[in-house]
Amino acid sequence: MINKVVSGAEEAIHDIPDGATIMLGGFGLCGIPENCINALVAKNTKNLTCISNNAGVDDFGIGLMLKQRQVKKMISSYVGENAEFERQLLSGELEVDLIPQGTLATRCLAAGYGMPAIFTPAGVGTEVAEGKEIRNFDGKDYLLEYAFDADFAIVKAWKGDTAGNLIFRSTSRNFNPVMAMAGKITIAEVEELVEVGALDPDYIHTPGIYVHRVFQGKDYEKRIEQRTVRKVH
Amino acid sequence: MAFTKEEIAQRIAKEIKDGYYVNLGIGIPTLVANYIPPDINIVLQSENGLLGMGPFPFEGEEDADLINAGKQTITTLPGSSIFDSAMSFGMIRAQKVDLTILGAMEVSENGDIANWKIPGKMVKGMGGAMDLVASAKNIIVAMQHVNKAGESKLLPKCTLPLTGVKCIKKVVTELAVLDILPEGGFRLLERAPGVSVDFIKQATAGRLVIEGKIPEMTLN
Repeated sequence: MINKVVSGAEEAIHDIPDGATIMLGGFGLCGIPENCINALVAKNTKNLTCISNNAGVDDFGIGLMLKQRQVKKMISSYVGENAEFERQLLSGELEVDLIPQGTLATRCLAAGYGMPAIFTPAGVGTEVAEGKEIRNFDGKDYLLEYAFDADFAIVKAWKGDTAGNLIFRSTSRNFNPVMAMAGKITIAEVEELVEVGALDPDYIHTPGIYVHRVFQGKDYEKRIEQRTVRKVH
Repeated sequence: MAFTKEEIAQRIAKEIKDGYYVNLGIGIPTLVANYIPPDINIVLQSENGLLGMGPFPFEGEEDADLINAGKQTITTLPGSSIFDSAMSFGMIRAQKVDLTILGAMEVSENGDIANWKIPGKMVKGMGGAMDLVASAKNIIVAMQHVNKAGESKLLPKCTLPLTGVKCIKKVVTELAVLDILPEGGFRLLERAPGVSVDFIKQATAGRLVIEGKIPEMTLN
């Protein structure tokens, strides 16, 4: 088997240049590639275009990159949880492209499936449709949306093997598998790195062909954004 | 007496039928889950990638990897399934989800909805709302009839940036249940107990269609 293992986050992101377009998996703070984000913060890579459903919070996730002014542009569906983000947006320091969540996911999917574009009804008749080609199928309008073109995709999985096969856990799966398919170079950090043969081929979510670098992550904080519980009766 | 938020949720729960797959938005829609009758089986979809959303976990049993689209910690149920974001919106787009319930800032008499952006204020984004309203076959809006300034949220035409066009089928507010006619107009179906038709007329800026005697809403 081809061995995709790298030593850690620092090596995994070493060649991401200033100005790169990167995808980052996760929904809110759930399933984000914590190790790689920290490494990008340490390296202070600049002028990044980040494709990610959300933009982290002030002191965690992509929020850490925003704080250091590393992000030129965010492409997201919902960005409400971050005061520094808001400040940079209102002052014009940060470019933001807000797109529907399903459009975001499916533009990743298209890239991973080798399709140049998709048609979706999301945003028809709204400002999202401005300047976009519209096609009518069976009496309903659809917007043409292009597949993403990302230099790197950075994802977080639960388990991965040395060949880059990945398994995700619970709803931390979210955008991770579709982004893993969509990067020209895909980096996967995993909670548990295992030898080939340890994962059942029937239970692989992302086949290793999509993954170029995999490493054993460490010190996962896995912060919870909205801790909600019910009382014991 | 106008309904409380809980009563709006309770009234909407009556629209849910056995065997439905349902997506609940944030706010009043979330409360609907508390009023599903015990004798019907439904499955809640959370668009971050879960079918079969269960209740909040007990304290100490929270799992950071298991959240809903509102980023709250939740649980799964026997029969739940997990999938990625593309499949989640795939099943929404393909109309596998039977009913979507969401909040709104404005609804127009032709079924347009605005619920994601107020010009001049911080824009947080549309999240999955545009995908849901563009594809769902049945959408019920749960909202207050008037805004904090006392202005009607049921309008001839939305004034805020749209989330979707001609997509809303029904609106439930603290005052009334209304459906939106194919040719346009809010048809008054029910009124909150003790709330007069005249009162609802005054609170509705869009075209209100009143046919016959309007019954009071009941919760059971």
